[in-house]
Amino acid sequence: MAKERDMVLDQYSSRVYKNRKSHMTQLEFAEKPDEVAANTRAIPGIITARGCCYAGCKGVVVGPMKDSVVITHGPIGCAFYSWSTRRNKAKPSYEGEPNFVPYSFCTDMRSSDIVFGGEKKLEEGIDEIMRLFNPKCIFICSTCPIGLIGDDVQAVAKRVEEKYGVTAIGYSCEGYKGVSQSAGHHIANNGLMRHVIGKGEEAPKGKFSVNLLGEYNIGGDGWEQERILKKIGYEVVSVFTGDGSYETIKNSHLADLNLVMCHRSINYIAEMMKTKYGVDWIKVNFIGVGATSKSLRMMAKYFNDPELTMRTEEVIAEELAEINEDMEYYKSKLKGKTAGIFVGGSRSHHYQMLLRDFGMETTIAGYEFAHRDDYEGRDIIPQIKADADSKNIEEITVERESGYEDRYSEEVMNQMRAEGVELDTYDGMLKDMKKGYMVVDDYNMFETDQLIEEYKPDIFFSGIKDKYAIQHGGVVSRQMHSYDYSGPYAGFRGAVNFGRDVSMSLYTNAWALVKPPWKVTPMIEGTLGGVG
Amino acid sequence: MRQVAIYGKGGIGKSTTTQNLTAGLAEMGKHIMIVGCDPKADSTRLILGGLAQKTVLDTLRDEGDDIELEAVMKAGYAGIKGVESGGPEPGVGCAGRGIITSINLLEQLGAYTDDLDYVFYDVLGDVVCGGFAMPIREGKAREIYIVCSGEMMALYAANNISKGISKYAKTGVVRLGGLICNSRNVDKEQDLVEAVAAKIGTQMIHFVPRDNAVQRAEIRKRTVIDYSPEEPQADEYRDLARKVDNNELFVIPNPMNIDELEEILMQYGVMD
Repeated sequence: MAKERDMVLDQYSSRVYKNRKSHMTQLEFAEKPDEVAANTRAIPGIITARGCCYAGCKGVVVGPMKDSVVITHGPIGCAFYSWSTRRNKAKPSYEGEPNFVPYSFCTDMRSSDIVFGGEKKLEEGIDEIMRLFNPKCIFICSTCPIGLIGDDVQAVAKRVEEKYGVTAIGYSCEGYKGVSQSAGHHIANNGLMRHVIGKGEEAPKGKFSVNLLGEYNIGGDGWEQERILKKIGYEVVSVFTGDGSYETIKNSHLADLNLVMCHRSINYIAEMMKTKYGVDWIKVNFIGVGATSKSLRMMAKYFNDPELTMRTEEVIAEELAEINEDMEYYKSKLKGKTAGIFVGGSRSHHYQMLLRDFGMETTIAGYEFAHRDDYEGRDIIPQIKADADSKNIEEITVERESGYEDRYSEEVMNQMRAEGVELDTYDGMLKDMKKGYMVVDDYNMFETDQLIEEYKPDIFFSGIKDKYAIQHGGVVSRQMHSYDYSGPYAGFRGAVNFGRDVSMSLYTNAWALVKPPWKVTPMIEGTLGGVG
Repeated sequence: MRQVAIYGKGGIGKSTTTQNLTAGLAEMGKHIMIVGCDPKADSTRLILGGLAQKTVLDTLRDEGDDIELEAVMKAGYAGIKGVESGGPEPGVGCAGRGIITSINLLEQLGAYTDDLDYVFYDVLGDVVCGGFAMPIREGKAREIYIVCSGEMMALYAANNISKGISKYAKTGVVRLGGLICNSRNVDKEQDLVEAVAAKIGTQMIHFVPRDNAVQRAEIRKRTVIDYSPEEPQADEYRDLARKVDNNELFVIPNPMNIDELEEILMQYGVMD
């Protein structure tokens, strides 16, 4: 049992062994459900691949909102290294709509600003932003030193709102908060819920309207999803937050349904919008042809409209016809290959479905910053014990706003759930994997190397830090954070792009063809002792 | 050059004691610089005859990094040089970081000249964070005196400061030179402070009695030795100066735990 896992763990000292054992699970699907410890502190020295709270708030959640300015309050480094690193594409939706995504704003805190406090400099910076760009919404994202010197960014935001009549949100998302970027997602969600969602009054015009949550438009993924949804006849009210905007998100509470892509980074908003405005949410996955079709059918079931259902089937059929030949070709190239994947929140799950479309199995999978529910499903949530780190992150509670009703009774909802609509729930990654596969929470480079050695996947999906180390070992690696500057990979057309890129990588595996010099000639010279 | 840091509970009389003590040393012919490490910037008031100079950090803020030593250092009574670190207004920024910045700048500007016999750091309150420990880090101040009285909170603070000192003493050269009792006319004050000093492993280097001569001189922005050199209180400060100058007892303090401290307070503080 669990042989591969033991081979990795056996090399650890007893303390590290105990910790990492709980985060590494070789799936058994036995009577006792498989568990994966998650969202806990990384062990010092282990070289975790995680980001920080600021990265989660600024880089992931609020950064992609194109009509809003995000100002990094802190020294310049955090601003530079969180600038344009996520490839969340954006373009104006109408003539004259601003797009601040390519910009980076920062207070550039220096030594004397730290000593004397940075509030004044922050306000001056915002004055300058208002003068030059005049955005409707400003997010202030605090980096570590701001928390130490106690600048009151919320008070600054309030003053800015009074002075300019815009929306300004001060985030205390200092990097050291929580155990990973996950804390930043939560903090960002809270701010959007408090200050943006519900502010607008523009109701959707279409018969069936949706918000797309947790879609960050990496490589244009969101655009492909919108294309399909619009083709069927859905109105996409807002996207959180890839190519998204303050202007649309403030009306999002008036949409009929929330579609959740990245569960980890946005489930807080999905939950709170259900409570406050009665908007139901469905866990969708538009990564993979089968997954996309399944998600579209769940949506049709939710709205339960014969015409919509028919149109859904028509579009699926049309789209499949369009890509069928390409899919079959790439499948012939990829069938039977195996993969490993290590990304942040939900992609490690989503991409397994797309790989399966090509006949590929994912034998190693893990998340950087997920919680147990992302692995085991939301049923586990009551069993998750809050620790000091998670208690540190504010949990906000909302109540039902008057004038907002649930769309369906609990009875109808249960009926839909029984028919396979993933309504207000998420079942996690594990259930889509197979016995013997390895699930690793918060991987490190050592474990990556070891598992590649043991499982010998043909390709490993990860980030830029590990990509080249893995390729030097002769295994192809592709970046799942930037798509190696390709994409989109979502929806029907995206699947073809993905098949093409993966085939290309696997069939030009240059590193495996190179023999490193140390395998051919000795690198050190010596003589035998006692001879001559 | 002997570098000395003065710590103690807020309001205990660190600045007053430091300036009167340095006046005594100056009278003995010593060359001295006082570095005030308090955002209130009142550590050199009695030596310079008022809040006479711009602080290092204010100057840095107004004029940028390129500043002259003369802009931040002034000579006062008996040639004693005074520098004030300064810092942010209450409730903003980071005063501790300010002290680090300020002391680094003084070093760059060459304030620590060879002719100095003493540099005194007058540090605000408790060693609340790394910044306020700056004067005892990296081999700057090698000797520390803690100003206290027989009041409970002052001794709590003294014990707590000793913890900070012992942390740095174990890895560096800083040592505790003694407790200076700045009397508040508490019962059995001298016995109590001596007992606490003994327990920590140090000495009560001098008992400075309470005397209104100090207040009379302070109102006139001068030290006692300067304003009323014939007063008995002036001799007390001369005594203190001589004892500090001749001090040879430098220890790594052995701070008490709370129970020990409470016990000692009960022993001396409760009257029969």
